[in-house]
Amino acid sequence: MSKVQVSTTINGDAVSYLCEVDETLLDVLRDRLGLTGSKEGCSTGDCGACTVTLDGRPVCSCLVLGAEAEGREVRTVEGIAKGDKLHPLQEKFLEFAALQCGICTPGFLVSSKALLDQNPNPTESEIRFALAGNLCRCTGYDKIVRAVQAAAAEMRKG
Amino acid sequence: MQFEAPTTVNAAVKLLAGKAGARVLAGGTDLLVQMRTDRVSPDLIVDVKRIPALRTITAKNGAFRIGAAVAGAELGEHKALCKAWPGVVEAANLIGSHQIQSRATLAGNLCNASPAADSVPAMVAAGASAVIAGPRGKRTVPVETIGTGPGKTSLKRGEMVEAILLPKRPPRSGDAYLRFIPRSEMDIAVVGCGVSLTLDTKGVCTAARVALGAVAARVILVPDAAKALIGTTVDAGALERLAAAASAACRPIDDKRGTKEFRIRVAGVLARRAAEIALKRARGN
Repeated sequence: MSKVQVSTTINGDAVSYLCEVDETLLDVLRDRLGLTGSKEGCSTGDCGACTVTLDGRPVCSCLVLGAEAEGREVRTVEGIAKGDKLHPLQEKFLEFAALQCGICTPGFLVSSKALLDQNPNPTESEIRFALAGNLCRCTGYDKIVRAVQAAAAEMRKG
Repeated sequence: MQFEAPTTVNAAVKLLAGKAGARVLAGGTDLLVQMRTDRVSPDLIVDVKRIPALRTITAKNGAFRIGAAVAGAELGEHKALCKAWPGVVEAANLIGSHQIQSRATLAGNLCNASPAADSVPAMVAAGASAVIAGPRGKRTVPVETIGTGPGKTSLKRGEMVEAILLPKRPPRSGDAYLRFIPRSEMDIAVVGCGVSLTLDTKGVCTAARVALGAVAARVILVPDAAKALIGTTVDAGALERLAAAASAACRPIDDKRGTKEFRIRVAGVLARRAAEIALKRARGN
């Protein structure tokens, strides 16, 4: 199998890598680039633990080939905080205890951020629909929804 | 395994024709799962998302051309398309999560050839066609001729769907798609039904198309169900006859999602409800 040379942008940084044709973007991020924030859950696009944004849209990185990222803009959970300063979503997830084991959290953060970037004042129903592709098996969804609402309110204050 | 991302349809067709085990990659939401589970192992993957004409929706004289790599989310953001063909857009937007919507395409849903594909009954009801590019040029066919059975299509070696065409919407027309799933979101249709209809100025139905998903080996167009509506004001009696015709057309299987009896009954119920929504939309247009 011939490898593919890819140049892309990840969290604002220019990145180049060689990957196998059938290697997913998730495997490239985790195994080649050391960005282990994105998690592998189901590998079939159902659980959302591997959510990243590709050109601003949320995608399951397990359903994207590493080769497809050529020239695109990828953002992962690692790019959400600014240095040591947590993003309001991250702060509110902590404050509201919107996580327990934490496996689903990176995906929830990326999906939530994609939602708030597009819609700064979502209704509860809009939040639940936007997060329907992210599964959590321990905390329950209420705390997550409350945390997103609180972060949205904080971000609107600017 | 080889990966290519051509920038023209001709280059894509040449690549596809050159290797028997070549597969088109559009949104990848079916292909990557199939590769992962070893159901397919392509020798060549042709990513068609770098072909500009496949990434755009163009409206011309009321008709729409939807490039084969346009994602579901982009359909939902296209106001004129949503206004003209709400049933097609709502069907496409029912597929999976926001993450899936960022990637999944109408053409991919069509060519994956699942009998339960949500967007296909809506496209069939809408009278959509597929523009197919191949080594011998282009041809345009009704979408219902693409799927021939679970996972099987009528596409020949080297052929790919380039675009989906939706016709100009006549005045006083409406379409709708409904599916039954045991939960509210994120599931595969147990039954799906698309209805498109047109009324005259007196409110009499002059044209209709009804299509069902997940009740046969492929998505089916049900002319008898359409006949139950045509010439009527889509009153209670017509809706009853529509439901009976839809149920009668079903040739379902029993599986973990539903029994034959359940699917047959639900097909009639969904046909009636979808027709009621289409009717409301037609009266509002």
